[in-house]
Amino acid sequence: MTEQSKTIDKNEAIRLHKAENRRKFLRALFKRKLVRVSAAGLVLFILMAVFAPLISPYDPNKQVLLDALKGPSSKYLLGTDNFGRDVLSRIIYGARVSLIVGVLAVVIACILGTFLGMVAGFFGGVVDDVINRISEAVRAIPQIVLAMALCAVFGGGIINLSVILGISNIAVYIRMMRGQVLSIKETDYVMAAKLQGNRSMRIMMKHILPNCLSPIIVQMTLQVGQTILSEAGLSFLGLGISAPTASWGSIVSDGRQYLMQNPLFSIAPGICIALLVVFLNTVGDGVRDALDPRMRGKI
Amino acid sequence: MGKFILKRTGQTLIVLLIVSIFIFLLVSFLPGDPVYAMLGGEITTETYNRWYFQLGLDKPLVVRYFYWLSKAVVGDFGISASQHKAVSEVLAQRVPITLYLSFFSFILSVPLGILLGIIAAVNRGKKIDGILTTFANVCSCLPQFFLSVLFLYLFSIKLHALPSFGFTWPWVDFVKSFRQALMPILCLTIGGIASICRQTRSSMLEVIGQDYIRTARSKGLSQKKIIYIHAMKNALIPVITLMGLRLGGLIGGSMFVESVFNIPGMGMLLVTAIKAQDIPLIQACVLLIAVVACVVNIITDIVYAAVDPRIKI
Repeated sequence: MTEQSKTIDKNEAIRLHKAENRRKFLRALFKRKLVRVSAAGLVLFILMAVFAPLISPYDPNKQVLLDALKGPSSKYLLGTDNFGRDVLSRIIYGARVSLIVGVLAVVIACILGTFLGMVAGFFGGVVDDVINRISEAVRAIPQIVLAMALCAVFGGGIINLSVILGISNIAVYIRMMRGQVLSIKETDYVMAAKLQGNRSMRIMMKHILPNCLSPIIVQMTLQVGQTILSEAGLSFLGLGISAPTASWGSIVSDGRQYLMQNPLFSIAPGICIALLVVFLNTVGDGVRDALDPRMRGKI
Repeated sequence: MGKFILKRTGQTLIVLLIVSIFIFLLVSFLPGDPVYAMLGGEITTETYNRWYFQLGLDKPLVVRYFYWLSKAVVGDFGISASQHKAVSEVLAQRVPITLYLSFFSFILSVPLGILLGIIAAVNRGKKIDGILTTFANVCSCLPQFFLSVLFLYLFSIKLHALPSFGFTWPWVDFVKSFRQALMPILCLTIGGIASICRQTRSSMLEVIGQDYIRTARSKGLSQKKIIYIHAMKNALIPVITLMGLRLGGLIGGSMFVESVFNIPGMGMLLVTAIKAQDIPLIQACVLLIAVVACVVNIITDIVYAAVDPRIKI
């Protein structure tokens, strides 16, 4: 009886401790006004993407050739493109592409990279060498060039693009995780787990991974913005999302020939990319600072 | 030191070998028949056969790889189908243009970025720091292609001040060349300034808080001397990495600017090669970009080891 109540107490204490930590983290995160504003902006973009069919005034792919290249008016708030499609509706739907690709690619990069880095660090030896050389080779080609080459072979589209951008971002996670694991591997609790006869996979998943997560989370939040920039860039070059699906990058590219007729056609989606990435980076910086115990007092 | 350089060079060669295998395999997975993809559907059987054998498609993949590699090492990348010229000839035309633009943007962005970063760090928390940090944060989020379109709209279409496209070498027509290159170089520079400024600011702040700076202060040295001599030396070490990264992207990072301003450089070349599925050209471009990035990487590592005695060689 006493034994049982003790364990409940312990679990309760751990739960309370975690809740307290979470509260501290959130308080530190939202202490700065800039982070609060950015988080709000980010939520707006997400809502825009989720409820795109409800809020967009027109079908993003519907062509009204008579209304082509109209400037902003009460009918078309941001004007129309060269096929007479409503620019605002296309931008609203474009938020979906950017956010889906950005998040999906980072998740793919993180899962693959974290796993490979963990395996490399944990087993060492030949496994480590092979994974290291591969990650160095991936890093040797600039990310955007690698993504371009992969796009040429496997084609664009949302899923392909996410996988491609994920793979081209993999090296960061491999290196980070490997470094973390190398230091954690030597700690007593990992040794104890080994002596208990746990299998390697269990040790990695149960004991090592949870202790490496915070730098990985920071890296992920900062990387979503970068990935959105890469996706926009690839679509701008005509290698990413293909017509007629609206992507911010491709709208900027389509619109640059018509800067005289309707400048907003090209400039408005560009502003959206920049805003979204600024918001993401600010929140990412906030998360990094809030997770760093040294910074908690200062911000 | 010699041993370190040798070791790093050896490692890089291995990495480049993997990269070359990767590039070769990747391109050989391009969808469709490579000859038709390059030349279009309407060709005679003779032309088809000629290209089929020229590309060595009748031989196994491994043989083709080593054949390609042995030629690539001496700079022979075969013939570009879309440009109807030897790939090396095409590269010789395109690479200098990109190098010219990127080089100027590099030598502009480094001192400016460092200077602004130091100003922001020294005035931490003041108005000027706020302005500079906001500028740097926003500029590093602006996609380069959007910046280029924005500049194009402002300076070419609204103000009619600068030509909107093209490239001329300065010795052909200096004024024209200057006017044409101004916007592309600016667009390439702004991102660099922003990222170098951010890195300088944060590493400078870290250094300023250290004991030896306090010692320098208590010794009565002037603020200028402390910042520009004592603190800067150590604060710039992390900036070297960033400079290396930017330098490594010199010939592979300008496709956006080149595509907006219609500059026939390396970035445009890669984009057109990919769209035309010009296999030899894609292989050569990606390999060249990777080689440059790797060489710069070695140089960065050596410089790093030379300036920071804490790094064990």
